[in-house]
Amino acid sequence: MRCNGADAILRSLEAEGVDVAFGLPGGAILPLYDAFARGTTVRHVLARHEQGAGHMAEGYARASGRPGVAIATSGPGATNLVTPIADAWMDSTPLVCITGQVRSNLIGSDAFQECDITGITIPIVKHSWLVQDVEELPHVIKAAFHVARTGRCGPVLVDVPRDIQEAELDFSYPDAVSLPGWKPPRRGHERQILAAAQAIAAAERPILYAGGGVLNAGATDELRALADAGRLPVVTTLMAKGAFPETHELHAGWPGMHGPKWSNYALNKADLIVAVGARFDDRVTGKVSAFAPGAAVVHLDIDAAEISKIRRADVPVVGPLKPVLAELARLIEPVPGRTEPWLRQIAEWREAFPLRYRNDGDMLKPQLVLETLQELTAGRDDVVWTTGVGQHQMWAMQYLVCDQPRSFITSGGLGTMGYGVPAAIGAKAARPDATVVCVDGDGCFQMTQQELATAVLEELPIVVVIVNNGYLGMVRQWQDMFFEERFSQIRLTHTVPDYAGLARAYGAEGFTVESEDDLEAALSEALACGRTAVVDARVDPREHCFPMIPAGAAALDLVEFEETVEV
Amino acid sequence: MKHTLSVLVENKPGVLMRITSLFARRGFNIDSLAVGPTERHDVSRITIRVDCETSPLEQIEKQMHKLVNVLRVSELVPGESIERELVLMKVSAPPAKRAELMALGEVFGARVVDLGPDSIVFELTGPPEDVDSFEELVRPHGLQELVRTGRIGLGRAHRPNRNRPRQHVLA
Ligand SMILES: Cc1ncc(C[n+]2csc(CCOP(=O)(O)OP(=O)(O)O)c2C)c(N)n1
Ligand SMILES: [Mg+2]
Repeated sequence: MRCNGADAILRSLEAEGVDVAFGLPGGAILPLYDAFARGTTVRHVLARHEQGAGHMAEGYARASGRPGVAIATSGPGATNLVTPIADAWMDSTPLVCITGQVRSNLIGSDAFQECDITGITIPIVKHSWLVQDVEELPHVIKAAFHVARTGRCGPVLVDVPRDIQEAELDFSYPDAVSLPGWKPPRRGHERQILAAAQAIAAAERPILYAGGGVLNAGATDELRALADAGRLPVVTTLMAKGAFPETHELHAGWPGMHGPKWSNYALNKADLIVAVGARFDDRVTGKVSAFAPGAAVVHLDIDAAEISKIRRADVPVVGPLKPVLAELARLIEPVPGRTEPWLRQIAEWREAFPLRYRNDGDMLKPQLVLETLQELTAGRDDVVWTTGVGQHQMWAMQYLVCDQPRSFITSGGLGTMGYGVPAAIGAKAARPDATVVCVDGDGCFQMTQQELATAVLEELPIVVVIVNNGYLGMVRQWQDMFFEERFSQIRLTHTVPDYAGLARAYGAEGFTVESEDDLEAALSEALACGRTAVVDARVDPREHCFPMIPAGAAALDLVEFEETVEV
Repeated sequence: MKHTLSVLVENKPGVLMRITSLFARRGFNIDSLAVGPTERHDVSRITIRVDCETSPLEQIEKQMHKLVNVLRVSELVPGESIERELVLMKVSAPPAKRAELMALGEVFGARVVDLGPDSIVFELTGPPEDVDSFEELVRPHGLQELVRTGRIGLGRAHRPNRNRPRQHVLA
């Protein structure tokens, strides 16, 4: 089929089964947008900012398991994608970015809107291509999708000069990719899996420490089978929230900086940690040298570079988690009842150290907002959560109960404020049947709020619940706890902007909640209205998120609720 | 500690930058770098000499393995590999000094590749340590300019297995 490069890109996306792409046009990508106008089965969602488009593509990927596609023009369009690319890199989100570039003969001349986006993104992509010949375009797109979703998932970038989009070729989509240097592991080493099984059977206090890799591998059933077979408790990281049902008796919460004390106890007092697609992030371990001092480590991961990067693995298994976990579940021969005392111990800690806050004073408490949201959605399997970054994110982790994989989408590794709203829009595009709720901070919301227009006009309705404490709350907490209450540049106010009024200006529903009395009604209405809705829940700014492992402290030295808050 | 890595890569634009950025982002300085063709026209070999501890180096090697254009990464172990370097050096050589310098060159097997009224250009190929020694001995005579290729290396012929990628996974 004779067509131009721009058409070839769309035919390639269609061949990859892409149903939606997120982007915003500009000069260097005009031929591609012209191809959209001439017809394609790929739906294009017009974002209001390329960062929004990138996070939408991430939200889409995280909700669906398929690579997200983001499109931007050269120069500022491309640089606006840098944050989502970095975010996808840190959280291993499969993302294919397509950027326009100035004409080939102008590259290197500082032409209008020229920018070396392949150079800028080198440290944060799995791979990138500057397409120099239109004939290679279909191969490059094929390779881009292949690289984004095989091995450890992540972002890739394809930079296409304008003349390449305009040049003609005989299009056919290749069946196979030729990437001699790309060899992600295809199976785990049998003897290593056996060694892992033996280590698990021999342990008295084993624990599964599941990370986001479990979701990327589509290995949640296998994880559950392993936990059930060995009667093994499971902690899920922020990135893995939902990868193991949280109502399951073996779920032992979430480890890390704001994880409950009992979860951190369970992980840190284990004698065997089985890390599954997790990377011993500093937000989980606290001070590494004091982390889980008595534990041997079995580390299962698709990425050999994660093995022994932070914590030495006694039994490393490199391979795809789905078959590795399945094989492990088949091989373990647990001694019946062996882990029961350990499970009882964890249950005792759970009983002794629940999450706590005091619902007093005349201001609405942020934790109550999350608890109410949880009550209103309990038992539903069609709710997908996204969050911003800050205190509200940590409360969302603590109070929302997620039983479904891919139902909790948050920026973990990069901690990108502004992620929540666009990620929710992308998730809605992937899961039109689901109720998508973004739990946002007032600070975060203001970083990408313009995407409300996208949600309204593209008919991708989302519910945004702003836990409005009038502050950059997490920063306030750190200044309060570690900088002797010298508050510096954190005050946003509860009232500027008027979030409900802003929502209405965008054609969305707006609700303002100032007391407990109005909370449930407003949230219920927002959840039920079927339109994009913003609930401005004005909460007590003085609340801290507890427990907390201070940065650099040992996980077991976490700070609890009572110790620092005067009544 | 100094290490020498030998990296086989697809001959594609940007591949060198992707590799060197792994060192740069960790603040490691590359001592020497040599890039050139191999027996396969589409494959290049990059030899990198770097000063860093073993464990960050292992991390860098693993990250390198994951680069799409990288085919193979191996560390050249001293004693099990042949390493060579080429140097050109221009030395002040007034007529009275010439004989002495040329004798010195002869000891190292250096060739005189150019001769001017008051300077001389030596070429020496050899193990990097020999190049170092020659450089030190010549320096007092007035070293005007010097260029070294950076070391290149291959696993020894009788130890063919030692030049395969380091195994990162306990087997
Ligand atoms: C883009 C970006 N800038 C700065 C930060 C640092 N930061 C982390 S949390 C936070 C405060 C977030 O405020 P808000 O959205 O109101 O959430 P809250 O903590 O109040 O719940 C800041 C500034 C960040 N994570 N991301
Ligand atoms: Mg806030």
